[in-house]
Amino acid sequence: MDKLDQLILQFQAKDVKAYEKLYNMYCNSISGVVNTIVKNDDVAQEITQDVFIKAWNKSDSYSAKKGRFFTWILNIARNAAIDYTRSKKFKQSKQNLNSDFFVDILETSDSLDSSTDAIGIKEFVKKLGEKCKSVIELLFFKGYTQKEASEELDIPLGTIKTRNRNCIAELRTMVGV
Amino acid sequence: MNIKNYIESGILELYIAGSLSENENEEVYVAIKENPELLTEVLSIESAIVKLTAAAKKDSEYSFATIIKEIDKTETKVISITKPKTNWLQYSGWAATLLIGSTLIWSLSQNNKLKDQVASEKQQLEQQIENASNSLAEAEKLITVFRDKDIISVPLAGQQVSPNSYAKVYWDKKTKSIYLDAKGLPEPPKGKVYQVWSLKMSPLTPTSLGTIDTFTADANKIFTIKNANESEAFGITLENEGGSESPTLEQLYTLGVVAATP
Repeated sequence: MDKLDQLILQFQAKDVKAYEKLYNMYCNSISGVVNTIVKNDDVAQEITQDVFIKAWNKSDSYSAKKGRFFTWILNIARNAAIDYTRSKKFKQSKQNLNSDFFVDILETSDSLDSSTDAIGIKEFVKKLGEKCKSVIELLFFKGYTQKEASEELDIPLGTIKTRNRNCIAELRTMVGV
Repeated sequence: MNIKNYIESGILELYIAGSLSENENEEVYVAIKENPELLTEVLSIESAIVKLTAAAKKDSEYSFATIIKEIDKTETKVISITKPKTNWLQYSGWAATLLIGSTLIWSLSQNNKLKDQVASEKQQLEQQIENASNSLAEAEKLITVFRDKDIISVPLAGQQVSPNSYAKVYWDKKTKSIYLDAKGLPEPPKGKVYQVWSLKMSPLTPTSLGTIDTFTADANKIFTIKNANESEAFGITLENEGGSESPTLEQLYTLGVVAATP
């Protein structure tokens, strides 16, 4: 059992300290995903907090068999953010609907500090082809299934899989993992 | 299983993205368990995605403190098993309040009813006391009348139509009035009244002193009647309502002669 698995077990046993570690690991990612969907920093902050509270309350429902812990909380976050975009509140607010892609958010983001990861990601995003942008956007930020992404982009199912694989491989090279 | 091909298929990236079906997820889970190389790959992909997504975060600061406040709240909610009890207490409290309230309103109305009853009874009692003292005053007045030596007492005896009837007249010459005690007369039939006459004997001259219209209603059957005549006798006849000009002698109930004054 690795350290992460142990933290997750402790979290499920309602260990607040363990949950704090998990929070610190994933809080920015969850916020980034939510922000990409709702396109409002304040709303993203609120939803992100709700997501982590919800995850704590339904910790019983997580099972390693169903997938990664990160993926589990990512799903909660995407659903919460998408729910928000269907609300009246979102529809009434004047959103900058032009920045549809996570890349626009990445490029305009002030929070990218001088860490090598951040620089690497910015470089990665700049170089990233349209094909990669859209497939990463749909699969990771919007929570599309492989089939949904295939229909949305009008490309074969297998192509989604391999294209995504190649795009993520580029990213990994960039951030050195 | 060819690990390299499995990795190259891109299934692990979809696994991290959450794009796989439930069955596929479980298959991947089993494959990772059986092949540690797959876990290394998964961790690497996950790490890259965590960094990528984190880069899309805006300016807001995040702190676990805000989370812990909320989850502490939810924790106390879960632990607190006394909560429903408190609710029951609250409900029974409301119920008791309602009960006490309605009882109060009920007793208030009962109290008001009683007050009204007491007030009307008091009024009745006062009336009775007043009547009694009036009767007493009347009785005392009568006693003084009866004892007055200047008052002439005239017994009226029953006559042929009603032998058992009797009456008595107390004649106060000073005040020119008579007090008629008609207790010994029967109730007059409907449509009939008693009429009192002052009589002079030779020749027989009757003078009406009036009808007794309140006979039935009067309790002590003592009537005060004006009499300025030099009466020699008094008679009572039963007449039609409204009275008659002259007495119907066939209906003479009582008659009494005034004793000759010495």
